[in-house]
Amino acid sequence: MSKWAERLSPAVRSIAPSGIRKFFDIASKMQDVISLGVGEPDFVTPWTIRESCVYGLEQGRTSYTANRGLPELRREIALHFLRRYNLDYDYNTEVLVTVGVSEALDLALRAILAPGDEVLIPEPSYVSYAACTTLAGGVPINVAARIENEFRITPEELEPHLSDRTKAILIGYPNNPTGAIMERADLLKLADFAQKHDLIVISDEIYGDLTYGGRDHECFAALPSMQERTILLNGFSKAYAMTGWRIGYALGNPDIIAAMTKIHQYTMLCAPITAQVAAVEALRHGEKYMKKMVGEYDRRRRLIYDGLKKIGLEAFEPKGAFYIFPDISSTGYGSTEFAEKLIQAEHVALVPGNAFGASGEGYVRCSYATSIPKISEALNRIENFVKKHRR
Amino acid sequence: MRELLELLEKNARLSTGELAAILRRSEYEVDRDIQKLERDKILLSYNALIKWEKFGDDSVTAVIEINLTPQREVGFDAIAERIYRFDEVNTVYLMSGSFDLLVIIEGKSLKEVADFVATRLSTIEGVTQTRSHFLLKAYKKDGVIIEDEEHDHRLVISP
Repeated sequence: MSKWAERLSPAVRSIAPSGIRKFFDIASKMQDVISLGVGEPDFVTPWTIRESCVYGLEQGRTSYTANRGLPELRREIALHFLRRYNLDYDYNTEVLVTVGVSEALDLALRAILAPGDEVLIPEPSYVSYAACTTLAGGVPINVAARIENEFRITPEELEPHLSDRTKAILIGYPNNPTGAIMERADLLKLADFAQKHDLIVISDEIYGDLTYGGRDHECFAALPSMQERTILLNGFSKAYAMTGWRIGYALGNPDIIAAMTKIHQYTMLCAPITAQVAAVEALRHGEKYMKKMVGEYDRRRRLIYDGLKKIGLEAFEPKGAFYIFPDISSTGYGSTEFAEKLIQAEHVALVPGNAFGASGEGYVRCSYATSIPKISEALNRIENFVKKHRR
Repeated sequence: MRELLELLEKNARLSTGELAAILRRSEYEVDRDIQKLERDKILLSYNALIKWEKFGDDSVTAVIEINLTPQREVGFDAIAERIYRFDEVNTVYLMSGSFDLLVIIEGKSLKEVADFVATRLSTIEGVTQTRSHFLLKAYKKDGVIIEDEEHDHRLVISP
């Protein structure tokens, strides 16, 4: 067996399997587990979107689409960015519909990286960023963001990690796992930094519609003179509760989008048409349902933030996505140990912070994409646990 | 206040502590707001939606369209009042269109409801016509899908 393992690609072998597998195995065997470990909405896709997909199927919309995606979907996407951020993208040359943001991220990295090129990645970060960089032949350079700064990244923190191989910076705000956002002032500094060092910016804004407390999301590409150097990634999974549909998209300058399309046409051909049809409906008529879900997340966010604070687990108030990232070091446990003991003792599942990079050690990620009664019950159980185990 | 009402409308069993955390107010303030809303007759009651059939109770619900002759000075209000004061009457709406009042009645049996309509409602002065419709099945009530089985299809943990 080991003989086969030795014959695998060195890049694949160099990547560690995701750190959450073990918890998944434990949690899925338990009956009464409350999971705060789920990285997707608990709502099902709004009916109008599902219904339009069903209608599309009835009408026989089962073919391939253009590699770049259905023209009407690309047009709706371009229109959305024009209306929302006053950003002008040509739907023929600057929009590519992908199989989720995951594919878009992979394409972006493969399109721009030469072997050995470095990508700056603020940490903690989504699990794919570093892995996809490695698979694309690049070198991920993780830069720890600090809790004191609510996990926002600054040029001063990035600067020491620059080299003559630095090609891009890969950011994801609102952030999974921390719930951090970047304010306009923070992003402007980052924009100057990118300009000064001529970096490509890959901005994963999949949680862009999920911001709270009256703050509107700041789109990186909409900052002065940033549109051209930004590869903007977004999709329907989080805001429209469409995770399983696998529809994302990339917006960028025509050269980069053409390069990404080249890879996409050979590896994926096109995103599934059924899901693209549904995505058109989401953009045309889905906004009010999306806003309702965002309102519901906001309520849960306030409940869980208050609850963790009362328990004595320090967390900064998350301003986006649907995660909160409390510091559990006061219990004396490390992230993994805390998560393991909690699920065994109290049947509450969450994800250890170190699954999102070394700088996540000492934290756990709690998702609040779960009903209010379940969050309340989970908080009770965590409180129980912390009382018994605080050292 | 609006958010408090929305929360209670959806789940009246949220505790004061939960409401306070969600609304970012103190428990004292939440209690005070609720009392005020009750006093002002904005917050009227805290009802549970119950699937009585599943509990084993058989009951009959009828929707009744009523035509009226409006009366001088009071229009439809006086007759509506005569109707809604009956305990048997669950809901009364004044309607536009081809009839005037929509009345919902619940009873133990078809006969009980039919008797009530025949002897009580249709005999009220000013009632000119009644049309009764019996409900066969409830699919959705007050925003709740009756037969909906809640399934969480998600993986227990995902990145």
